[in-house]
Amino acid sequence: MDSGPIIKIEGIERKYVMGDDIEVMALRGVNVDIHQGEYVAIMGPSGSGKSTMLNLLGCLDRPTAGAYWLGGEDVAQMGDDALSDVRGRRIGFIFQSYNLIAQLTVLENIQVPLFYQGQSMQESYERCAELGRLVGLGDRLTHRPNQLSGGQQQRVAIARSLVNDPLMILADEPTGNLDSKTGLEVLDLIDDLNDSGKTIVLVTHDNYVAERAHRVIQMKDGLVDRVEVKRASGEARKKVNKRR
Amino acid sequence: MSTVQLGIKTLLLHKLRSGLTMMGIIFGVCSVIAMLAIGEGASFEAQERIKALGSNNIIVRSVKPPEQARESNNSNGRSRGIQYGLSYDDTARIYSTIPGVQRVLPMRIIRENVRFYEMELPCQVIGTLSFYPDIVSIDLVSGRFISPMDEVYKQNICVLTTSLAQRLFPYHDPLKQIIKIAGNYYKVVGLVREINTPGDRPQSGETEGETMENNVYIPLATAKTRFGETIIKRTGNTVNSETVQVHEIRVQMQDQPYVESADPQIRTLLARFHKEEDYEITVPLQLLRQAEATKRMFNIVLGSIAAISLLVGGIGIMNIMLANVTERTREIGVRRALGAKKNDITIQFLVETIVLSVGGGLVGVIVGVITPYIVTAVTDMNTIVTLWSVILAFGISGAVGVVFGLYPANAAASLDPIEALRHE
Repeated sequence: MDSGPIIKIEGIERKYVMGDDIEVMALRGVNVDIHQGEYVAIMGPSGSGKSTMLNLLGCLDRPTAGAYWLGGEDVAQMGDDALSDVRGRRIGFIFQSYNLIAQLTVLENIQVPLFYQGQSMQESYERCAELGRLVGLGDRLTHRPNQLSGGQQQRVAIARSLVNDPLMILADEPTGNLDSKTGLEVLDLIDDLNDSGKTIVLVTHDNYVAERAHRVIQMKDGLVDRVEVKRASGEARKKVNKRR
Repeated sequence: MSTVQLGIKTLLLHKLRSGLTMMGIIFGVCSVIAMLAIGEGASFEAQERIKALGSNNIIVRSVKPPEQARESNNSNGRSRGIQYGLSYDDTARIYSTIPGVQRVLPMRIIRENVRFYEMELPCQVIGTLSFYPDIVSIDLVSGRFISPMDEVYKQNICVLTTSLAQRLFPYHDPLKQIIKIAGNYYKVVGLVREINTPGDRPQSGETEGETMENNVYIPLATAKTRFGETIIKRTGNTVNSETVQVHEIRVQMQDQPYVESADPQIRTLLARFHKEEDYEITVPLQLLRQAEATKRMFNIVLGSIAAISLLVGGIGIMNIMLANVTERTREIGVRRALGAKKNDITIQFLVETIVLSVGGGLVGVIVGVITPYIVTAVTDMNTIVTLWSVILAFGISGAVGVVFGLYPANAAASLDPIEALRHE
C-alpha cells in the first residue's frame, strides 16, 4: 500500500556559527519520516529548532550533517540552483503573512511557481484560473493583493502552493495573521486538501490548529521531544474543530 | 507575461520614482544627441565655406608687405608710391612650372563705387577671365558670364552679384542696363549668385575677393586698361598710390594629391622672384583638414561632457535599484522560495534597470532629436542630427543599464532566501 515515506530525515543537524568561536546547534540529530497523504504538525516553543526544521524541510537551507530524502531525491547537499528547482517542483509554501507579490494580480501570483518552471503565462492560464476558482476567488482573478482581505490573500497563497502539484505543502503559521473565523476557514481549506490526498506539514504554536493533524511533532532544544498521534491516516477528524 | 512586461509593471507601481530616475538618462542621451548635432552643424558650415573655395584650388593673394605698410602710414603730407604683390609673370610661371596645374586664374580686385543714375553703391570690381565660375563656386542666375571674346576685345561689360543688382536696380531688370564705375560705362550682361549666401561670411581667409555681396565682374583686359595697375587714393593732403598687377591668383590643380605638393613648390617659386613676402598662400584643402581636426576635438569634448551626464544618470539608476532591492527583499525571498534561481532574480532586476535606462534612452532620443530644431529656430545655428549619434546615445543608455544594473541585481540574487523571507 505505502511505498515508503516521501520525506525521510535521518540524524539531521544544523549548526550556526555566530562570530568566531560560538557555535549554536539549532538541530541536533532529528529523525522524521512523513508519508504520502499525512498531515503533520510541528510544534515547539521558540528556540526549539522549529523554524530551522521548517527551513530545512522547505529546502531553503542545507543541514550541516544528516540526510534528507524528498521524494527519493537526496536534497541534503544539493547546490543552490538544484534546491531552487526542488522547491519549485516539489514544495508548496503557505506563509503566515501570505507573501503575495504586490504588483501581480491574483492570477499572476498563482502563476509565479510555474513561471519559474519555464511555463509561459498562456500555458499556465487555465490551470491557475481553475485553482483560483477552487479557493473561491474565481471572480477576483484580476485583483491586486491589496484589494483582498487577509483570508482571501491566504486563499490565493494556498492556490499558489498547489499550482506545481507538490509532494508536500509546507504551511508556516497559516492562521497567525487571521482572525479566528477566517482562520477556521483557511484550516478547513487545508483539511480539504489533505482529504484529497495532499501531504501537509504545518508549523504552529497553536494547539487548536495542531489538533487537526494526524501527528504532532513536539520539538525541544533541537530535538524531537515527543510525537503525538492524534488519529490514524484516513481517520476522520475530531468533530470539535469542524465548522460544518 | 514576460520578464520585460513584469519589469515595466513593477516600475509603473512607482511612476514618480521611475520617472525621476529616468531623468538622468533622458538628459544624458538628449545632451549627447543635441550637442553632437550642434557640433556637426557648426563644422558642416565651416566645411561648406571651405569647400566653396574649392578643395583642388590654391589661392595666392597679394598682401602689402609689413615694412612698406608702416612707411605708408607714416607718410603724412607726402605722396608715396608703393609697388608690391603678384605679377602676370608670376601667373605665367606658376602655370608653366608647377606640376599638376590645370588652370591659373589671375584676378584684379579694385574697390570702387558703382553708379546707376542717382544710385551709388560701394562695390568690388573684379577683373577676371571667362573660366572664373569653373574655379570659384558661383552660380549664373541669368544672362551670361564674361566670355573669352569680351576679354579679347576688352568689352565694357560686367556681371553683377544678385544682391548688388537688387540694391542697384530695385525697379529695373538689371540685364542690359548701363552702370557707371569710375567714369566708365559698362553694360550688365549677367547675374551671378555666389554659393556663400550674404551674411554667411567666411571666418578664416577672408579677403576682398570673398566678401560676397557687392561684386562687379569685368573682363581682366578691360580692368587693365580702364583702371591701370596703379590705384591712387587721396586722403586729406596725402596721396598714396599702390601698384599691384594681380591681386589674387587662383591655381586650380588637376587632382587633390597635387594640391599638397604644389603648396611648397609655389612658395619656393615665388620666393625666388619676390624680395619680400608680399603674398600669402591659402590652401583650402589644408583648412578643410584643420576644420576636420577641430571637429574631432569638438566632438571629443562634447562627447565627454555627455558621457559624464550619462554616467551620473547611471549612478542615479544604480542608487534607486539598490534602494529597490532593499525595499523588495521580501519579494525576492518569496520568489526564491517559489523556485526562482539566483539567475532568475538577477535577470529580473537587470531587466528592470535596462527598462529604466532604455526607456529613458528612448525618451532622450526623442527629446534629443527635437532639441536641435529648437536651437536652430531660436539661435539661427546650423544643426545636423546624425544617425550615428542617435545610435551611439541609445546604445550607451542601454549599456549604462547593464553596467549599473549588474551590481544591484547581483545584490538581490545573493540574498539568503531565509533572511529575505523574514525581512520586514
